[in-house]
Amino acid sequence: MIKTTLFSLCTALVLSACSLEPVQPWDRDILAQQKMQLVADPLEIYLDEHTYFSKEASSGGQSVGGGGCGCN
Amino acid sequence: MQLKKTQQGPRNIRRQLAVATCSLLAGASHAGGLIASGDNWKIDSALLLYAEKDRVSLAEGILSISKEIDDDEFINARIVTDVLTGSSPNGAVPSNTAQTFTNPSGNSTYTEAANTTPLNHTFKDLRNALSVEWDTPLSRSLRGTIGGNISREYDYLSTGISASLAQDINQRNTTLTLGFSLNKDTWDPVGGVPVGFTVMPASPAKKAIDGASTDKTVKEILFGVTQIINRQTLMQVNYSRGQGSGYLTDPYKILSVLENDGSGNLRGTNPYIYENRPDQRTYQSLYWKGVHQFPNENVLNLSYRYFWDDWGIQSHTVDLRYRFDFDGGHYLQPHLRYYQQGAADFYRQTLTDGEETTLSYASADYRLGEFVTQTIGLKYGFEFKNGAEINFRAEMITQKGKDRSADAVGILQNQQLFPDNEAYLLQGGLSLDSDMVIKYIMHFFKK
Repeated sequence: MIKTTLFSLCTALVLSACSLEPVQPWDRDILAQQKMQLVADPLEIYLDEHTYFSKEASSGGQSVGGGGCGCN
Repeated sequence: MQLKKTQQGPRNIRRQLAVATCSLLAGASHAGGLIASGDNWKIDSALLLYAEKDRVSLAEGILSISKEIDDDEFINARIVTDVLTGSSPNGAVPSNTAQTFTNPSGNSTYTEAANTTPLNHTFKDLRNALSVEWDTPLSRSLRGTIGGNISREYDYLSTGISASLAQDINQRNTTLTLGFSLNKDTWDPVGGVPVGFTVMPASPAKKAIDGASTDKTVKEILFGVTQIINRQTLMQVNYSRGQGSGYLTDPYKILSVLENDGSGNLRGTNPYIYENRPDQRTYQSLYWKGVHQFPNENVLNLSYRYFWDDWGIQSHTVDLRYRFDFDGGHYLQPHLRYYQQGAADFYRQTLTDGEETTLSYASADYRLGEFVTQTIGLKYGFEFKNGAEINFRAEMITQKGKDRSADAVGILQNQQLFPDNEAYLLQGGLSLDSDMVIKYIMHFFKK
């Protein structure tokens, strides 16, 4: 049930993107800022993912790769 | 000076546009943020100090260097070293009497006091890791990234490769990402690889082993869509699927075996056995992230992940970072994270005498149990006018679990079986360009 709902929401989000007004390159000054990146501080995210990978059974989702660890 | 400004102008604009484009590509790459600064190397570094209450302490340092080697073509290398000491739960449950365990080597023992969570006190490790990544345009709208990584601990070796493609469509407002990774890891545990469900013998007797080393393979694939919603908002949706195969058990974790009479007492002989997990695991996740900048220039970064696997584990993760910008380059960023996990089908906190002969798998590793992790933290950062940044953050992490009532029988009903945890994290970071480093060194020697 949860999976179906989430898949439906994701599909709706992707389809709704098609109807968005495109943002032109010259209007991307805000999106170009470092703080607006999906991963604004890669080292902080790397350290967080390593920490939680060693403490929880779930991992990933945002990216692939990154290497294994004997901690889990 | 004026000439320099004139020359830098168009390049800076082009670089900013590259950043805007690359922001859509961060989904498949673990390193992310491969934005070098002009002709210089971009150097990012961080030091993390992590300490759990009465358990593990860790110091982890990272050095990451990136460079734009050609138009829109980037390389990145990251070196990580961490040192870990302290104690970790060994899987056994607390008892109303002291408990003695054999170290993994089989050469010595350690004793835990009554009514305390049994911890393995021989937890020491030094890990060195190196990863490299190359990100290059393949056409006007297609980018490719390939990477490799290797990490070494004294009992664990991990090697891996990853690759991804990112296709821009819809006037570069939408990016479709396909990523893949393959990891081949080797366990070389102290004392050999224990045979699952065999007893932890009293020292100096040796445990039954299945060789000195063993392997596991992990493959992951990711499909993502990143969408510019408007001038201030970006969203990403990823679906990923991973498969682990081989030795997925923890060679150092054990289970307590109780008498069959419901008393909760440990069985009289050989009360501890090594855990045993399936040699296959398929896991999947759906991940959503949104980044939005408000008119006051504060930035919200919010993500949600739903994770599930064929071991019966399901989890929900919500992560929120909100950045407040202040005059002069200062910013504060509170961080909240909530993680809720359900237990694996074979998670058991105790077994009863003989039960190990009827079960296929069982593990008392708390990380496979039912628990909630909550994180609260605050980061302070300062951006220099020359583009360098220094930042610090402090966080507190609490982990609270739920006991399996069926396993907490007799005298164990008075014990806390799940090893709740509390940890503190301090991190400092510094980012700058290679020319800044050279200038600082020159300035130092001139003095």
